Order: sequence, then C-alpha cells, then structure tokens
Amino acid sequence: MGTQSPYPWAPGFYPGDRPQVVTSRFQYEDAHTIERYHATGGYEGFRKALTMAPADVADEVKKSTLLGRGGAGFPAGTKWGFTPQGVWPRYLVVNGDESEPGTYKDRLLMECDPHQLIEGCLIACYAAGLSRCFLYIRGEMALAQERVAAALNDAYAAGYIGTDILGTNFSVDIVLHWGAGAYVVGEETALIESLEGERGMPRLKPPYFPAAIGLYGKPTIVNNVETLSNLPFIALNGSAAYTAIGTETSPGTRMIAVSGHVKRPGVYEIVNGSTTFRDLLFGDEFAQGMREGRELKCFVPGGGSAPWFLADQLDIPFEGRAAGSAGSMLGSGAVMVMDDTTDIPAAALTLVKFYAHESCGKCVPCREGGTWLYRIVERIVAGDGTDADLETILQVGQSICPGNMPHASSERLGLEAVPFPYKMTTICFVGPSAYVPIHSAMTLFPEEFESRITKREVRRLIPVSAAAAAGGGS
Amino acid sequence: MSRLTDANVALAREIIARYPKKKSALIPLVHLSQEQNGYVTEDAMRHVAELVDVTPAEVYGTASFYEMFRFEPTGKYLINICGTMSCALLGAHELMHHAEHTLGVKAGSTTPDGLITLQHAECQAACTEAPTLQVNYRHRYRVTADDFDHLVDDLRSGKLDSEIPPHGTLGRNRQHIPVDRAVGAVHPDDVTSGPVWLEVSPS
Amino acid sequence: MSDTVSAENDAPPVDPNAVAITVNGTPITAQKGELVIAAAERAGVYIPRFCYHPRMSSVGMCRQCMVEIDTGRGPMLQPSCMITVTPDMKVETDSPVAKRAQEGILELLLANHPLDCPVCDKGGECPLQDQAYTHGPGESRYVEAKRNYEKPIPISDHVLLDRERCILCDRCTRFADEVAGDKLIHFIHRGNLTQVNTFPDEPFASYFSGNVVQICPVGALTAKPYRFKARPWDLAQVESTCTTCSVGCRISVHSSRDQVLRHQGVDTGTDSVNWGWLCDRGRFNFEAIDADARLGEPLVRTESGHQPTTWAGALALAKQLIDGADSIGLIGGARSTNEGAFAWARLADALGIDHRDAQLGDGLPASVLGLPRATIDEAANATTVVLVGPDLKEELPVLYLRLRATAEQRRLRIIEVSPASTGMTRYAWRTVAYRPGSPSEVTKALGAADIAEQLAKGDVVVVAGRSNLAESETTAMSVLSAVLAAVPDAKILPALRRGNVVGALELGLAPTDSDHDALATLRRAADGSLDLLVLLGADPLDDCPDTDLARRALAGAGRIISIDTFPSASTRHADLVLPAASFAEQSGTTTNLEGRVTRVTQKVTAHGTSRPDWMIASELAALLGHDIGFASPEAGTALIARTVPAFAAATPAALDEHPAGVVTGPVTGALPAASSADAPPNGYDYRLVVSRKLYDGAVNTAMSPSLAPLAVGAAAHLHPADFDKVGLAEGTEVTLTSTTGSVVLPLHPNANVARGTVWAPFNQPGATVNELVDASAPVTDVRIERLS
Repeated sequence: MGTQSPYPWAPGFYPGDRPQVVTSRFQYEDAHTIERYHATGGYEGFRKALTMAPADVADEVKKSTLLGRGGAGFPAGTKWGFTPQGVWPRYLVVNGDESEPGTYKDRLLMECDPHQLIEGCLIACYAAGLSRCFLYIRGEMALAQERVAAALNDAYAAGYIGTDILGTNFSVDIVLHWGAGAYVVGEETALIESLEGERGMPRLKPPYFPAAIGLYGKPTIVNNVETLSNLPFIALNGSAAYTAIGTETSPGTRMIAVSGHVKRPGVYEIVNGSTTFRDLLFGDEFAQGMREGRELKCFVPGGGSAPWFLADQLDIPFEGRAAGSAGSMLGSGAVMVMDDTTDIPAAALTLVKFYAHESCGKCVPCREGGTWLYRIVERIVAGDGTDADLETILQVGQSICPGNMPHASSERLGLEAVPFPYKMTTICFVGPSAYVPIHSAMTLFPEEFESRITKREVRRLIPVSAAAAAGGGS
Repeated sequence: MSRLTDANVALAREIIARYPKKKSALIPLVHLSQEQNGYVTEDAMRHVAELVDVTPAEVYGTASFYEMFRFEPTGKYLINICGTMSCALLGAHELMHHAEHTLGVKAGSTTPDGLITLQHAECQAACTEAPTLQVNYRHRYRVTADDFDHLVDDLRSGKLDSEIPPHGTLGRNRQHIPVDRAVGAVHPDDVTSGPVWLEVSPS
Repeated sequence: MSDTVSAENDAPPVDPNAVAITVNGTPITAQKGELVIAAAERAGVYIPRFCYHPRMSSVGMCRQCMVEIDTGRGPMLQPSCMITVTPDMKVETDSPVAKRAQEGILELLLANHPLDCPVCDKGGECPLQDQAYTHGPGESRYVEAKRNYEKPIPISDHVLLDRERCILCDRCTRFADEVAGDKLIHFIHRGNLTQVNTFPDEPFASYFSGNVVQICPVGALTAKPYRFKARPWDLAQVESTCTTCSVGCRISVHSSRDQVLRHQGVDTGTDSVNWGWLCDRGRFNFEAIDADARLGEPLVRTESGHQPTTWAGALALAKQLIDGADSIGLIGGARSTNEGAFAWARLADALGIDHRDAQLGDGLPASVLGLPRATIDEAANATTVVLVGPDLKEELPVLYLRLRATAEQRRLRIIEVSPASTGMTRYAWRTVAYRPGSPSEVTKALGAADIAEQLAKGDVVVVAGRSNLAESETTAMSVLSAVLAAVPDAKILPALRRGNVVGALELGLAPTDSDHDALATLRRAADGSLDLLVLLGADPLDDCPDTDLARRALAGAGRIISIDTFPSASTRHADLVLPAASFAEQSGTTTNLEGRVTRVTQKVTAHGTSRPDWMIASELAALLGHDIGFASPEAGTALIARTVPAFAAATPAALDEHPAGVVTGPVTGALPAASSADAPPNGYDYRLVVSRKLYDGAVNTAMSPSLAPLAVGAAAHLHPADFDKVGLAEGTEVTLTSTTGSVVLPLHPNANVARGTVWAPFNQPGATVNELVDASAPVTDVRIERLS
C-alpha cells in the first residue's frame, strides 16, 4: 500500500495503457472546468449530434450497444426505445446516487469531468426527445455537487443548456437535484419517488416501468452517470469506434473499482468483456496482487449485492454472462478482495448490516427479514450463536429468496456452481442483498461458522481483518 | 428563528420553480433549512410544507427517510466514519475506536463543546481509499489514527474553515439557471405535444 | 317492475370484457383489467393479503398475496394484488413455492408483532390472527427482542395507535392520502424502524379518521368509543343505512346486550354509495342512542311543567288537541323512515292538513326533486360537476369523498359556485366566488370562455343545495337558476342534508307551494292563526335559520305536539311530547339524496316506551277514525311501492335482492321561475354567510360524548384583510347587528372567507347567529361593533 494515483485530484485512479473513453481528461487537474473541456474536444460530440436528426443519433447509440452501467447492464439505446408512442412529456433522470458497497466511479466522473456527463445528458435528451433533465446526485457527495453545479452554470452561460441551444430549436433544462442519504434510492423507481419529494421506496414493476410510467407518471429514461458519460465519445466518433473496443456482447470500456486486501486498490477503466478477474486482482496494470505475504481467500465480484467468488473463479472474464453462470453478477463494477487474514463471518456481517440498515421498509421480507438476519449474524460473530441460528438464517433467507440460491463452485468443498439470478419475494434487490453475503459466506466457508459457534468466542471489539487490527483481537 | 429567512425563501422559490410539481423541491428545501439552522427543526418543516403545498406530516415523512437530515442539534462538524466492507477490511472499526477515544464521545454523540458529532456511516463511494471518513460530507482518504488526530486539531483551530463549511451546507456554490436561458418547468399534465426538435430536424 | 331491477343479474350472452384464466387448475372467467387477487376471490379462492384493499390503489407491499403466475414463460412468484389478468394466465395460489412464500411472509410479519391477542380489541376479527392460522407456518423461530414503542398513543380525538402491533401495510396512510385527502398520518423514519405517526402535535384531525380503524388489518388502530367495550364474538350485527345525512351510507350496526356499540361501513360492491367509508359523525353518533337524556315516556304539560303520562292518555290528549283545531301545521319528517313519513303524510291527508313541510326553511323547494336526477356514481363519473350548495365536506361528507377522489385523479372537473371557500375548493378546477344574492356574478363567471368550453365537453351534474342560511330560499334559487341556465341539460344531485329529507318530501310531506311551507306555517303560528303545530322530529328553535320567527311561532301557536327522541329547545314549548324510537330501534326504509331506497334495520329495543313514528301515526289515526293503511313497516314499504309511482320499484322483494338499494325515479317537473335580480345592499358593512359544520348542535352529535366536544363553537369569521381593518385581537368578542337583531360573537380571521363577507357556523354552542337572519329578506347584511 501507500501507492497513490498519479493524479491526486482523482484519488485511486490509475490510467494504465488502455483505451480511455470516459477517463481521458482525468490527467488534467482542471478537467472539470469548461475551458479545459473545450480545449480537449468538449461538446464536439454534442455539436455533431445537433447536425443529425434525433432519430439518427438514437440509432447510433443503439448500434453502439452501450450497456447501462448502473447494475442491470441493459443496452441504453434499446431502453430509450421503450417509451410509449405519443405520450409527452418524457424526462431524463440521471442516476448519480452511487452507493453500492465497493463502487466508486460515478463520483470520480462527476468530480473530474462534469461537462462530459452534461454533454451526455444533452445528447440523450436531443436523441430521445426528453424535454427536461434531472441530475440526481447522491447527497453525501459534496464535491461532486459543487463541481456539477459550477459546470451547469458555465454550460448555461455558454449556451449549451436552456432555450434554443446553439441556435437550434432544441431546448432543455438540466436541474441539479440533491439526494439526502438513502442507498435504496439508487434503484431507479425509488430514485423517481425521491425526485417527486417522497420517501425513496421502490415502485412495483409491473406496472411502474419508468420508460412507460416514470417521473410524475410520464415516460422517463433513467440512466447512470457512467452510461451517459460514454455518449460524447459515441456521438463524436460513431458507434463503430466504440464497438471496436471490447467484445461483441460487451462493447466499449467500463470503470471498475478494486478494493480491499490488494497491493494497489484502485479505479480502472478496463476494456469490456476480455479482462479477467485474475488480471484485475493480480495484473501489474491493476491491483498488483495480494498484500505482501498474504493469499487470496475470496472476493466480491460485483458490488456488495453480488455472491462471492473464490480463487476458483479468477479466470472468468469480467463479463455479465460468464459471471452469471459462475453464480454471481457484475453489478456496478466493484470488486472487494479478502485475503487469508479475513474473519469471514465478521466480513459478511458488514454487508448484512449495510443492507438491513438500508432497507426502505416498504416490503415485509426485506424490512423484517433483513434485520432478523443482521441480529443473528451479529450474535454469531460475537460468539453467542447456536446451531439453530445457522438453520434459521437459511430459513429466513428462503423467505426472502425462495428456491436455489446462486453461489460459486468450490473445488475445496466439492461444490457445483448455482447460476445467477435468485428468485425473490421482495420488491427490489435490497432484501436479497442482505441474504446474499451471509449465504455466500456460509456456503463457501462453513467451517468458520461452525467453529464460531462451538468455540463461543466473545470479543468486545470485532476486528474484521486480523492484520489490520493493530490493537485487538486474535 | 428556524423558519426560512427571507433570503432563503427567495432561494426556495427559485428552486421550486425548476420542478414541474412543487413537492419535488421538498428534499432540496429541507436541505436548505438544515443549511440555515444546522439541523431540521419542526418550524422549518412546517415552513417547507407551506412552500411546497403539502402537510407537515408529509415533509416529516419524507425527511425522516433520509439519513442526512438530522432532527436534533448537531455539531458544526459531522464526522462520518465508513464501516462497510472495504473500509472494515482495512481497519475502519479500529479507526472508529480511536476516534471515540480521541473525541471522548461515543459514536452517535457530540463533543461537549458542540463542535464535532461522530457517527457510524455506510459506504461513501471511496472504497479504494479505505478506510475513509467524511467531515460534513467532504472525504478524507486512507485515514490513520494520526491523520484523524490532525484532522480534529485542524477543525478545532479553524484551519479548515474555508474548505469545510458548517454542517448543513451542502455545496459552497449553487446551480442558478439564468432567467433568459431557462426553458422553465411545466406541469406534466399541461404538456400535450412532443418536443419541437423531434418534429423538424435541423438542416 | 322487479324485472327491470334484477336485469343486471342476468348473465349477458357474450361479455367482451371476459378474460379466461386458470386458478389452481380450474378455469374461471375474469374481467378485463381485473387484478388476479380479485378475480380469484370472485371465483372462491381467497388469497391471503394485508395491504390490498379493493377501494384503494394496490401497493404490493406486504407480499402476503404472492402466488405463482405463468403467462407462458414459466411460473413466476408475483404479488397477485399488482398483476392484472391476461388471457390464458395460469395462477397457482397453493403450490409449494407459493405456500412457502406465504408462510415465510407470515412468519416475518409475526416476528415483531406482540402476542397480546387476548387483550387486543381486534382479537377474534383480526386478519393477521386469522391468516396466521390458515396460511401461517404454525410456529415462529424469532427469538430476538421485538420492536418496542410506547403503548397506544392518541393520533386523533377518536383513534389510538399501537405501533408495536402495526405491520406497516400502508392502509391507513393510503386512506388518509388518496381517500380522505387528509395527509396527516404518514410513514416516518425508515426500514425496520419505520412507523406510522403524525407530525408532532398535529393530530390526524380528519372527519374520516374512524375508517382507518375499520381497515386496519391488525389491532394497531383502535377507536376510543369502542375500545374494550366488547369482544367480536359477543357482538351481533345487522346491515342498515346511516341516516345521519342524506348520503345514506350502508353500515352494519353492532350491538351487545341490547346496546349499540359500533357502526362499521359496508361496501356493497357495484352500485355502492359509500364504498365502505363513513364519516366520523355517522360512525360514532350511535352513542346518542342510549344517552340518558332520551325521551322515554310521553310528557304532558301541566302547571308544574311536563309530567309523564301513559301512551293511552297521551294519544287521547293528542286526539283531543287535533279534534279541537281548525288549522293544523305539520313540520318535520326528514328524520323518519319512509314508512314513518308516509304514515304521517297519510294522516295529514286524512285530516286535511295543508301546511306541511319536511324541511325547515333551510333547504330548497321540493320542486328541485322533480328535475332529472343524477346518482352519486353519475356525478363522480361526469365530465364536470357544478357545485352550487353547501360545503359537502361539512354536510355530506361521504359525497365529498366520492367527488374529491375522482377530481384528484383528474377524471372529473369541479366548478364550485360558492360565497366562501369550502373543503372542496382545493380540489375544484375553478371556483366562482360570488357575493351572496348576486346571481348576475354567477351568470357572468359561467359564461367565461374556459368554463363554457368545459361545460360543453360532456356530462354535467349540478350538485344543488343551500350554501348560505342567511339568505332567503328565493335568493338561493336565483343562483341555482343562473347555473341551470348555463347547463340546461345537466342532471341534478340534490344536496339536501337531513337523513330522509328526500323520502319525506316525495312521500307526501312536501308543501304544495311556498304559502304552505315551513316558514309560512311558522309565520301563521306567529300570527296566532294556527291552532295546532305538530313537530315531527323538528326543532325550529335550533334548526330554522330564522330564530326570531321560530320563537314567535312557538309562542303564538295554539297548541304544540312534539314527537321526538330528545328534549329540545322546541319540545319545551310543547303541550304534548311523544317519545319516538330512534335509529337502530326501528325497521323500515329510507331514501337518500339520489332517491335510492334502502333498508334500515332495528337492532336494539326502543328506549323506554318510545315508538316508531309510523306506529304513532297509525294509532292516532285509528283513534281519529282513519286508517293509514298498514300495520307493520314491511307492509308500509309494500304499500308505498304500490301507491307512490316514483317508488314503484322499491318493493320489499327488490330491497332484499339489492342491499345497495333501489334508485327511485324522479317525477318530472320544472322549477318555478326565479328572479335573476341581484339583492341590493342594505347599508351595513358585511354580508352574512351562515353554513353548517360537521359537528354542530344536532341532537345526535350533541348527545354523543365522543362528538359533542368537537363542535367548533359559535364565532364570526372575517377575511384576514377585513379582520386587520377591524383591528382587534383574535377571538375578541364583538357585536354583530342586522336589521333583525344582534348577537355577541368572538371574531376570528379566516382566509376561507371572502372579502366583504362575514361567515358564521350554524347551530353551534354559544350565541345563536341566526338571531341576525330574517328568512324573508333576500340577504343579511351586518355591522360589526366593538363591545363598549
């Protein structure tokens, strides 16, 4: 550790020798200013789009097969096409509420290159006929708020936003909206509720698919920050230039954060589809392997909600289908790595606690089940668990996710993989996400739970990682 | 005085005007009240209710859902120490233990001088820079025990005043949509036709 | 005629809205747009549920109704309250996966639910308890500490909330939001700590608060008037119709040990008037039924005041009074059943009584009932409703709910024509605020381009009543005529308030003309030219807008017979008081403002020796040598159907078949011509507007301990700008003076009051504002003076 990004203004970012679609300006400390943006080709993609018919721009985006970066991985251009014919107005809502554990990239994009995001919004609005844009930024990101606010003010002044933009008949307002702290608002229907001034509780799909019934009940496109940040490149260089990067099913690049017990935790813009987890965790361009003298125990491949992988899965490419059949998902582009010092039940507890805490309370399995799971796991970690507790965890889990639960294969345990996804009794994925980590932990490291119960260890301070726990624990 | 000041009411009206429906301004306005008062007071919620034309119960119902809104007096600096997985793997619990020791208060409470409120927090989207904390939602990365003590010293001495505004202030700047550039918000039910640029594409 | 009313039950040959689905392997026919949970229920398959309520939007929160639904892509676990049927859909409510899900949810719901069923009011009728038995896992593995909250906290005057029992189904909060429009209770906090609560110190002060108790699927919400009074298995119940106002909500009356203990709303499904909702006044005024003050025996005036007598003695005296009178007036009947009103009308016919009126100068001419009449459903589904009448929220609360709901969904536009802001103003598309007595302002406003365009758009229903009791009926009619002139093809929904006023008027207690109506009768009594005044449940001193006239009438009438349930200001003047059976103490039928006839049903023994109105009329008729023609309420219902053309369809058999009632048709007629001239000001400063509040001095409210304290009290209200002009502190007492009299009232600012007018609530505890009103004057102008 101790390694720092070459660009201190972009903490954790390492460029490497790879194509840069969305991070090309991170090298400049003043990338967030309109001057630097202009000097580096900024708003050229938008200007080019304005010379094309909106439908042609939309078509170009569709041909790029740009996949949504929020977690679901749905093609953005296709999503735009789901708005019902003849229903107006249509809105663009930008999901800048990044808060999935392990995920760190949208914040960088907003802090370092806000104009790129704004340009992406303008292109989307123009192409899909979206007449008002709301840029919903997570409340706890003060710097991102400031940078985006300043960029919006400059872009309005420069004539990129507002009425009759650049002398055309294209007019749109982009409104910066402050979130106020609720993980679940990252779910698109909850985001819409929040934007309407309500409690951020997810709506049910069906019937509330935002493209049909979204903000104020009107067709609404909800796109993630990173997704939109790709649009200036696609508009300027064309879809062919974009699909030339990455694989057929996963074109372009995507941003990945690797954190935890690695030598060089960082944020990397990777070529989509072809990079393996082994590259990410051990490659010199990436995380550079485990901390000195330590070995990989397991890792969370796609944000806190994803089932865990073992060393057995290192050679799987960072690609949605491959991860899915191996028993997990890629989610929001976040890998959290645990080495052999990790206390597995305690590590799982941090995530169970997170999702229990972040339950919105709307549906029963999540509201009651999440907290129940948290209480049991907390007791087990404290050394007060019973054998019945382990069974109860599985039964409560079944009430949240009935049927087979996805998990990775393990040669050590002789386990076959159960592919993603799970079934769920909840409205959204927050409830299942409280069960996923404890299920992964218990499935892949059963002995750590059994020993916890038979030993009845009781410790005041619970160190998650023995190596990091300077002052206490085993 | 915990209703919004005249200046903030003017700001509130500017914010309300950006949304097709008034209630959308509820959360930004509660932020504004927290910026003014340091926390969210009952009078402020009543005032916000008037401004966006809802009941105080609706304001409270929405506001209490979100963690950034605090309903009791809070320190000038709110220190949130992240305890989610990546930070926990790299010593977040130990950092919190140290912070409690340094400040002499338990997580969830405020120092007797009213300067600092210490809290557990969940993932702050800085996982590669673990362990992290935020002071009034401004990040501090890879925080060691020494770093923490220096931070507290700097907060106490006022050294960070220009960088970190008091709790409640979200941004040191704001979005302002110039009147001559604004498209303006229209109630969604009053929009009956598609945008003009879809009808006639520029030549 | 019974054929026509039963036609809707005959299965049509091919239903274009039919959707064929399979539930648990059995083919059933669902309706297009129907939710799976509802379609299954109609087919006899009950899917457990907590948050689903057929009269509110689905939220899919509790997840109890999860079933497996296969639309061709394999079975998917789905909440059946959120999924609408599609052709060939296969639903499994009982499959292993569905059952596991349902059991799992129940276990989770019970995790934090206290096991205090033995001391819970809901025990025995609790959906959670019941479904835990039928669909639950049998035992709980939950060993953690349960959520802990302060035990029941009051959230309103009537309702207590036990947050530990709450399962957060969103029924009460959804009701407050989408049904009542009183968003005063809300989810507060988040996740596992979510609770329902009010804003600090702002109670759930809704006129409809009792509904949340009824729809709560657990014992979290309880009503003070019922708490700990009985266990569900000790209650017996009958279905009836609330007669508190003329909306005629269907209710079930619950009693134990011959005492009425609660009313619950009933939803009769299709054609339901109230959709199961009730206002708090109708829900809780059962308390008056066995109030101590009830009249329990006949009273006769003696030198030492009223003395009890026997019914035989009382009826003999009544015969004597009637025999000795050349001129008789009969006022009242709107509180009777149809049979009671009909019996008294038959008796009045036999005695040749020309002066008769079921209203008290506070309504509209009975000829309004002759106009093409709308139902509540027609009004709610109209393109436009023109509201020219009382504040519906205060006078006809459930009609307010029905119209508010569709207006809020923007399916209906309401144009409100009113001299003051009302509970509906917030939901009105346009408000025409006119100065009382100025029909020309109304004509002009309705002619505005946007309003005229709206009125031309589709069906228009005019809700017509009395917006101001400080103006003459003629003045009220001039405004109504101005409205009807703008929408000549509109249907009318009469907004007359008293429970059975429409039935009483249509069954023979309407005056032939304005020379024989209540005010004319009172004037004659005041002149000393009326030998006998019969008050059939009428209290002119409290209820007639012209208090001075009522006072002079009661003093000037030769003799007075009062038939009533409670002693009142007016019964004190009576020579003979006959105790009447009240609601729930007699059976029969009633007619609501739509003309809908429904049954009211006896549940408890009549208080003391009190008798139903029809029986008193029948016995009196016999003594006088006449015959009202029936000897039981049922026979009365049948006789009405046989002899009153408008009621021909309301046969006992038809009423048995249709609990939601049979809508009687209006006899077509026309309104008398009304003046369109504006009333000139008479030199005083402010024009007076008097209207009713929900909680007032009405006897069943005043005699219900839970309701009586809620009356707002007599006061005068001014627009804040006018109030500032007066320059007094809020609540300072002032003298209001009109040409008729003066009263002292506290003065308040009120933004709902129009500039230049003063508003005062009618019949409130405190000073009698109607001392200021001369019912024959077009309008009432007043002067406000400081007390010296």
